[in-house]
Amino acid sequence: MDGIDLEVPAGSIFGFLGPNGSGKTTTIRMLLGLIAPTSGSVELLGEPMPKAQLSVLPRVGALVEGPAFYPFWSGQANLLRFDAADRTADPRTRKLRAGQALERVGLSNAAGKKVRAYSLGMRQRLAIAVALMQRRDLLVLDEPTNGLDPQGTREVRSLIRQLAGDGTTIFTSTHLLAEVEQLCTHAAVMTRGRIVRQSTMAELRSELRPRLVVKTPDLERAATTLTGLGLTDVRQLETTVDGDPGELPIDKLAAALVAADVRIHGFGLEHPSLEDAFVALTGEGFDVAE
Amino acid sequence: MSLSETADRRDLGKVTDQNASRPTAGRHTIALFASELHLVFGRARTWVTLAVLAGVPMLVGVAIKLSGAEGGEGFIGQVAGNGFFLVVASLALSLPFFLPTAVTVVSGESLAGEASLGTLRTVLTAPAGRSRLLAAKMVALVVFCLVATMTIWLSGLIAGVVLFPIGDVVLLSGTTVSLADGLLRAFGIAILVALSLLGLAGIGLFVSSLTSTPLAAMAATFGAFIVFGILGAIPQIDEIHPWLLMYGWPSFADLLRDPPYWDAIIRNLLLQGGYLLVFYTAAWARLTSRDING
Repeated sequence: MDGIDLEVPAGSIFGFLGPNGSGKTTTIRMLLGLIAPTSGSVELLGEPMPKAQLSVLPRVGALVEGPAFYPFWSGQANLLRFDAADRTADPRTRKLRAGQALERVGLSNAAGKKVRAYSLGMRQRLAIAVALMQRRDLLVLDEPTNGLDPQGTREVRSLIRQLAGDGTTIFTSTHLLAEVEQLCTHAAVMTRGRIVRQSTMAELRSELRPRLVVKTPDLERAATTLTGLGLTDVRQLETTVDGDPGELPIDKLAAALVAADVRIHGFGLEHPSLEDAFVALTGEGFDVAE
Repeated sequence: MSLSETADRRDLGKVTDQNASRPTAGRHTIALFASELHLVFGRARTWVTLAVLAGVPMLVGVAIKLSGAEGGEGFIGQVAGNGFFLVVASLALSLPFFLPTAVTVVSGESLAGEASLGTLRTVLTAPAGRSRLLAAKMVALVVFCLVATMTIWLSGLIAGVVLFPIGDVVLLSGTTVSLADGLLRAFGIAILVALSLLGLAGIGLFVSSLTSTPLAAMAATFGAFIVFGILGAIPQIDEIHPWLLMYGWPSFADLLRDPPYWDAIIRNLLLQGGYLLVFYTAAWARLTSRDING
């Protein structure tokens, strides 16, 4: 863990990306004052942690590493317990707020049911309800859709969008790129305990430049022609040739290839996915984060 | 490392408003302590434990009633003659084994149980404050000890009244006092027995702060209790006996003298206080510096 500085704009949904074992959860635990750094200091919302935790943490709702509850209690009793632990929570409105939080995550009907009988999706939502017991400036959600089925994932996502719409800043860690792509306005990528990239999603997407891919048996001729036309980074692969067309109009490129007697079996622009960008930043395969 | 939010003023204003409407610190501390009590007494396990403890006087009473034998050693020998002594005999019988077992289970569970469930991280990020959480856990343990011995006191009284004649109490010193006076003394004994358990509760709390496995914490605490018992049974080391956890436990009987012998009682309370202080401090040092990874 080294020199991590995350700037999360108010009202944004900030995706915190990184492969398993890259230090996402450790970062979150440090931010929340659960573990101490071996050296250096930690700041959350501009306040030193864990020194200022009693004044900062009430402004922060957190879901760290999966939902954890007292299984022998009902969902509502769990909410009341965690709220009682918050020294800034008003005991007079506790029940009311618990009811509202349960309604918000769609668990009103299961409020009196023991958490032992909850499905994983319900637990995940209950964990978000814990964070919603009070108005927060920041929600820290560590892999909020981990282990959920597609329905549960959608539920959680739409909940996160609603919350962000209400003006709460969301900081969510994940290794699911689809999630970041659909949900986030900003993202940071972590690998081997370092932040290797931090920007808005729009910026990140704009950097993913499309590549022209030509499927042809005349590999060599195609490659020379394309290089001649001004494509950069032209690669000859097994059955295709590809390259960065830059601002060149692709219809002209096709015509030029045909004119150069290149037999074309396939022709088109390929947009790299966020996954490609992610892998480019974090490394490939099992040697990740070693 | 830092995580900062570039918040606008409107947002900050809202937070301040909300803080203004929040009540004073005292109420929250009470809320956390009440929540801890709910955690101890809101589970079936605790009620089963208390039911077992309540069963001790019933079992002893029924056994004496069925045997029909008069006389015998100690408090038990006097039960058939006066049901009042069932209260005292039950407390005396529960102290060496049943009560320590119950305290071991509840204290071993206290922090390790939360760590194993993962709820410790949620409670700490609430934020409960580590010192405050530990204090709440300890208070809940003290209340549990008191409730446990009061359960025996009450159950002993009921069984004593139902099964045996009951009347004025002849104290160990030979004086006779009214039943009301006797019951008050028995109540005092219940409190003394509860306080006698605090040293063990402190050890349990400390062990519980070391691990995320409640069963291991319980086993280790009970192991410590057995070691104290073994040390107390070795005559060659009788110089250290007065400093062992259970040395002063029988002192509660001195309350049944007229006037009560306070010396041994106070010595026992000081010893328990010493054990509690040492292990509570150790638990505090451990919890406030611990990395919560569970």
